[in-house]
Amino acid sequence: MALTIHALSIGALKDIDLIVQPGEIVCLSGESGSGKSRFLRAIADLEPHEGEVHLGKTNRCDFPAHEWRKRVMLVPAESQWWADAVKDHFCKPMPQALASLGFGEGAMDWSVARLSSGEKQRLAAARALSCGPEALLLDEPTANLDDDNTEQFERWISEEIARTAMPVIWVAHDEAQMKRVGNRHFRIKGDHLEPVT
Amino acid sequence: MNVIDLAWWELAIAASMVVALAITSTLARLNVGKPILIAAARTVIQLSLIGLVLEALFAVGSFHWVALMATVMLLVAGREVMARQKHRLTGGWAFGIGTVSMFISGFTVTILTLTVVIGPDPWYTPQYAIPLLGMLLGNTMTGVALSLDRLTEAVWRQRAVIENRLMLGQSWQDAIGDFRREAMRSGMMPMINSMAAAGIVSLPGMMTGQILGGSPPSVAVKYQILVMFTITVGSGFGAIVAVSAGSRRLFDERERLRIDRLSSARA
Repeated sequence: MALTIHALSIGALKDIDLIVQPGEIVCLSGESGSGKSRFLRAIADLEPHEGEVHLGKTNRCDFPAHEWRKRVMLVPAESQWWADAVKDHFCKPMPQALASLGFGEGAMDWSVARLSSGEKQRLAAARALSCGPEALLLDEPTANLDDDNTEQFERWISEEIARTAMPVIWVAHDEAQMKRVGNRHFRIKGDHLEPVT
Repeated sequence: MNVIDLAWWELAIAASMVVALAITSTLARLNVGKPILIAAARTVIQLSLIGLVLEALFAVGSFHWVALMATVMLLVAGREVMARQKHRLTGGWAFGIGTVSMFISGFTVTILTLTVVIGPDPWYTPQYAIPLLGMLLGNTMTGVALSLDRLTEAVWRQRAVIENRLMLGQSWQDAIGDFRREAMRSGMMPMINSMAAAGIVSLPGMMTGQILGGSPPSVAVKYQILVMFTITVGSGFGAIVAVSAGSRRLFDERERLRIDRLSSARA
């Protein structure tokens, strides 16, 4: 199902229209403070804003807010972990995902306290997918990863996106990465999105 | 009954001990000297005034004056609940939620206790109604203030956690559930502790006062049990109402965490 954003305004951004097709990855970049994260938060309906968002044909307002967020899932740049064990945060076990991301068996039983920032970031993405979203909003998902882990992550998430045909908005700052994973690329310029070719 | 009256100079001795405490804490740079003195001065002034008011009220004994007195007590308690919160709900909600929850629990329990359990005639006889309400409001206030403060403080510090849980598709009740339970617990802890320790570790203030005032201990004990139960019920329901209303107010109709509804910390 496509993710359709219509006349969305939040912060400096005004009247943003954007359609993300099923399985498409739209990359979004912009200077820090330009409102990338808030744009994603608005789509996930975490902040008051103006505009409409549809998933497929269904208007966001027709879902209870938590149902919407379960479908259109935002993975924040900095993930939070509130329970003691990693597995307490997952909707269901994700053995294959964890293997693809380079975690050995038993990672689910790890204590959250021992996770590094890179591990947290990769596990946060796996955790999000374990809840079965229908669209993904990724906020700098590889910011804390080294090159090997970044490559591993890109490969895994691209396969997942292709398999599930989720529309994806991916906030990034690395040009090379956007070329590798993105189908389209926009840059935030003042109050609007500017296509980058 | 023979009650030994206290002379004012005898109270002055107790006051000088408070001053000594304040001086000591200031010398030790613990920064509680000034608040201790201010609070002690307030105790003296407020209690002296209330003594006069109560004597007048007992002499009149009409429902209107009792009701007026009760309303004033409630509003002051509401203000106090608000003042004790570091991050409060803006737009009058901190005062409103605190006052309404104390009204619902405190007044209900007081009136029930007066009409059904103690049964003075008339039921609003100020000698019973005002002390009972005072004790209830005082403790309910503590419970409500503690639980609301804990709730708003936790939400303020852990907003990222709550938002991340929302992002994962949790309902607002789930996302804030841990903090609600924690808030409820800290609101109820003082009463649970004092019930558990009553008579063994501590002789409750009211019972002590009654015995010093010349009542037989067996009567004092019964009143003490009654008061502790009513206080527990009052502060418990007060905390439940306050935590429910407070956490509801922290989210809007789209289940967004509205941290902008909390004021930032006072300096």
